[in-house]
Amino acid sequence: MRTVDRALALGLTAGEFELICEKLDREPNEVELAVFSLMWSEHCAYKHSKKLLRQLPTSGPRLALGPGENAGAVTVGDGHVIAFKVESHNHPSAVEPFQGAATGVGGILRDIFAIGARPIAILDSLRFGEPSSPRTRYLLDHAVAGIGHYGNSIGVPTIGGEVYFEGPYEQNCLVNAMAVGIAREDGLIRSAAAGVGNALILFGASTGRDGIGGASVLASAELGEQDAAKRPTVQVGDPFAEKKLLECSLELLDRGLLVALQDLGAAGLSSSSAEMASKGEVGLDIDVSLVPLREAGMAPWEIMISESQERMLCVASPERVAEVLEVCAKWEVGGTVIGSVITERVLRVLAGDEVVGEMPVEALVDDCPLYDLVVEKPAAGLYPAPVAVLDHDVSDPRAILLALLASPNIASRLPLFEQYDCIVQSRTVRRPEQADAAVLALPGGGAIAVSIDGSGRRVACDPYTGAVEAVLECAANLACTGAEPLGLTNCLNFGNPEKPHIAWQLTEAIRGLADACRALDVPVVGGNVSLYNESGGGPIYPTPVVGMVGELPSAARAGRAGFARAGDAVAFAGPFAPRLAGSELSKLRGEALAEGLEPVDIAALRAAQEAIRDAVRAGSLSSAHDVAEGGFLVAVAESCLAGNIGVSLELGPNDELERSLFGEAPGAGFVVSGPRETLDSLAQHVALDVLGTVGGDVLDVTAGDEVHITATLAELQAAHGALAALFP
Amino acid sequence: MRARVLVRPKAGILDPQGVAVERALPALGFEGVANVHVGRLIELDVEDPSQLREMCEKLLVNPLIEDYEILEDASA
Amino acid sequence: MRFGVIRFPGSCDETDAVQACERVPGCSATLLWHGDADLHGVEAVVVPGGFSYGDYLRVGAIARFSPVMESVIRFSREGGLVLGICNGFQVLCEAGLLPGALLPNTGLRFLCRQIDVEVVRASMPFTADCAAGERLSIPVKHTTGRFYAPPDELQSLHAHGQIVLKYAGGHNPNGSLHDIAGVRNEAGNVLGLMPHPEHAVDPLCGSADGLKIFLSMAHAHG
Repeated sequence: MRTVDRALALGLTAGEFELICEKLDREPNEVELAVFSLMWSEHCAYKHSKKLLRQLPTSGPRLALGPGENAGAVTVGDGHVIAFKVESHNHPSAVEPFQGAATGVGGILRDIFAIGARPIAILDSLRFGEPSSPRTRYLLDHAVAGIGHYGNSIGVPTIGGEVYFEGPYEQNCLVNAMAVGIAREDGLIRSAAAGVGNALILFGASTGRDGIGGASVLASAELGEQDAAKRPTVQVGDPFAEKKLLECSLELLDRGLLVALQDLGAAGLSSSSAEMASKGEVGLDIDVSLVPLREAGMAPWEIMISESQERMLCVASPERVAEVLEVCAKWEVGGTVIGSVITERVLRVLAGDEVVGEMPVEALVDDCPLYDLVVEKPAAGLYPAPVAVLDHDVSDPRAILLALLASPNIASRLPLFEQYDCIVQSRTVRRPEQADAAVLALPGGGAIAVSIDGSGRRVACDPYTGAVEAVLECAANLACTGAEPLGLTNCLNFGNPEKPHIAWQLTEAIRGLADACRALDVPVVGGNVSLYNESGGGPIYPTPVVGMVGELPSAARAGRAGFARAGDAVAFAGPFAPRLAGSELSKLRGEALAEGLEPVDIAALRAAQEAIRDAVRAGSLSSAHDVAEGGFLVAVAESCLAGNIGVSLELGPNDELERSLFGEAPGAGFVVSGPRETLDSLAQHVALDVLGTVGGDVLDVTAGDEVHITATLAELQAAHGALAALFP
Repeated sequence: MRARVLVRPKAGILDPQGVAVERALPALGFEGVANVHVGRLIELDVEDPSQLREMCEKLLVNPLIEDYEILEDASA
Repeated sequence: MRFGVIRFPGSCDETDAVQACERVPGCSATLLWHGDADLHGVEAVVVPGGFSYGDYLRVGAIARFSPVMESVIRFSREGGLVLGICNGFQVLCEAGLLPGALLPNTGLRFLCRQIDVEVVRASMPFTADCAAGERLSIPVKHTTGRFYAPPDELQSLHAHGQIVLKYAGGHNPNGSLHDIAGVRNEAGNVLGLMPHPEHAVDPLCGSADGLKIFLSMAHAHG
């Protein structure tokens, strides 16, 4: 087979292949072709998104580490920093959801301790097809089990997350994993290799054929005569191995033994070593014959691109090598010197004495062509209307409320998060469903709040506005716990960017993300892009997922979502202009997706969120809960459910009752409760209407003389418990 | 030689894994299945097969909750 | 009093246990490395929660043979106080320091939930600070917590007052026989329980009911 044909089969374009030949001044050999094909893949090089991502704001006074390192970080009190990042593992999870989700968690955790932070939390954002599909139920069950298996075993609490069910994700599920870590500011380490003559050490698990996928064409000539057992395998994660790897890495850093640290993820050794060399403006010699293998007869190219899990690379000066290997031995983690730092800026792959590949680092990391997208707004809707589950002529608000509470996108996620250890490490002040964001205590009395939020269907209606809403929704969740946002990480999940309408979605969504972050003064600390999420059935909804970390001064005063005390007054606050377009009710009715959403007044929402935040911090509000899917009445019901107490509200006559009760405007409305004086005082800072009182065991809402909605707590709980059926 | 130890849950103790599998099979169209139990297989090369029983009693098996069967595969 | 908390490869809740012990007035806690047979003069041992050795082979099966555990077995035979939490309970059963065994939850899934246990027996050294019948709110988080003992053994446990904690009505998360949540040995100096008292010592993070167990141990030591 001609080299150019092999290159095409590996996913490179003819133009890219020519460019590689130019850079090398010859055709690439087998090892080099494998490495280039991965380094220049969309996943590693961000060919179609990098130019757009440059719009995102990445600076701010609290930024300790911005995009470009393994994870980003923001400063909090006491000389500490909080590291965090989100990453996707979509395609592997569609193939093998347990291991795909598990190794997704493993990968993002490694990114956190690779910069020297101890992982303290996991959150995950999941999207599947409708639960009526057996495939969806299978993927959901196994993905949740996989996340739990990895997070629980390694002793990092899974404190939050989200899950949505929409038709367009049926063939292309989304599994985005976010991790948070803590470090001392002076304890952060970078990945730049440095010091010519320093040793390159590989430690962790042995290397096998995990994840060797697209490169199978290279193997075809060789595999023809060989055992089928040598064929590529799914990545299998071992949280026990990673736990040892984590403690080993942190001890190595604690003892000041390392010059640089990097984890091995996509494209294994090749991408990690290339990036280390690139950042340090040096080169690396790697002898693959020194790499501990778990499979016999692995070729050099296989060793270079294997994605075997739970491995790290570090650089140490020659005098420190013995100590490094000693620490590895103590933690029962294999450590081996496999190469060294060199002056010449190449990645040189050796098999013993023989040079089997030599590539300029710059060519691998910096010279991959970046593409401008051809953008075209779609003329017609790209997505079929959702299947109706609620008759259009059902207009009784009580029936609609119960249908929304029982709908898969709103029902309680308890059956999922009860499978996660949310309390290990003893920092968790607010567990899932206790508040709108998870809250973790920091040493010294303060706390951080973390939330992960994304939107698919609303972004499909309007990519720019939908993306803005996702950011504002996330900030609103933080505000309800009393937290001020410090930084944001994002995972952009989209279809094929070479299609102009998908390119339009991506371009508009990034523009919205950038505008919202700038308007909130929240820098982007890092993130991930997952493209080509589409198949015969069409593309996924454009799905930007946003993870935010905020800080609050007092863990003891962290906000709660549930009504707490009989006699508390209840109010609705915020510049809330609800619309049914893009709402969950609209989806339940099977309405076609709206074309466009109402623009968001970011400044007004920001001011409202700050007022709520300050009221929570003052400690006199009993509860604060933002209005999200399902609208106002669902939010009220959720506050009853979280507090296990009823409420009675008088709304006054309303010509557009349905829109008021069930219309949505993410990030703009809040249901709050507390002493009357507290709410009156809050009314000075944000538009607010006192509507009623907490008490009893019934949700009781009147709207003028004609509308009276009642539901007992038991009825609300029964509806809200709908997801339990998915986990028999 | 190559030995195999089959470990199974002791009769009389609830085996929810076995129950789960037993329920899942008819859902896939397999009828006439009963009495499913899920256990474990341990395979090892041993120089002295007479030590196998003690290995089982000491480490490989918990006799309170498990039964075991040693299969020595002399042909391997 | 000085508590020693064991750290195996794969332990998860050992630092949480250290922090809990240090909340008891006059007490300190130190980590004991699994490979070190020296107990360093500690006056009580805590075998913590987690996934020691990855739960490989059987939960707790490999950890029980570590050098530190040989010393813990000797320590307990001499009357030393030993508390096994979750994975620790599993290790102590495997080591023969406690009767019975822990099996997979009937629900077959990992379950993390705040539950109520009832104190069956309020006595030295683990529950002296509680009242008989008192309910303690403590979280559980495990996949393999269903307590099992053969019928004659169960009878003996009841007869000798070895059942110390049971899940309150409707709170049994794993199908444990007779709702057993925690048992002690005949001599009474070793307690194993599946719920995590070290995660119930701070009202900021939940309940503080679990602190009573550590307090009782400190008081028993005098």
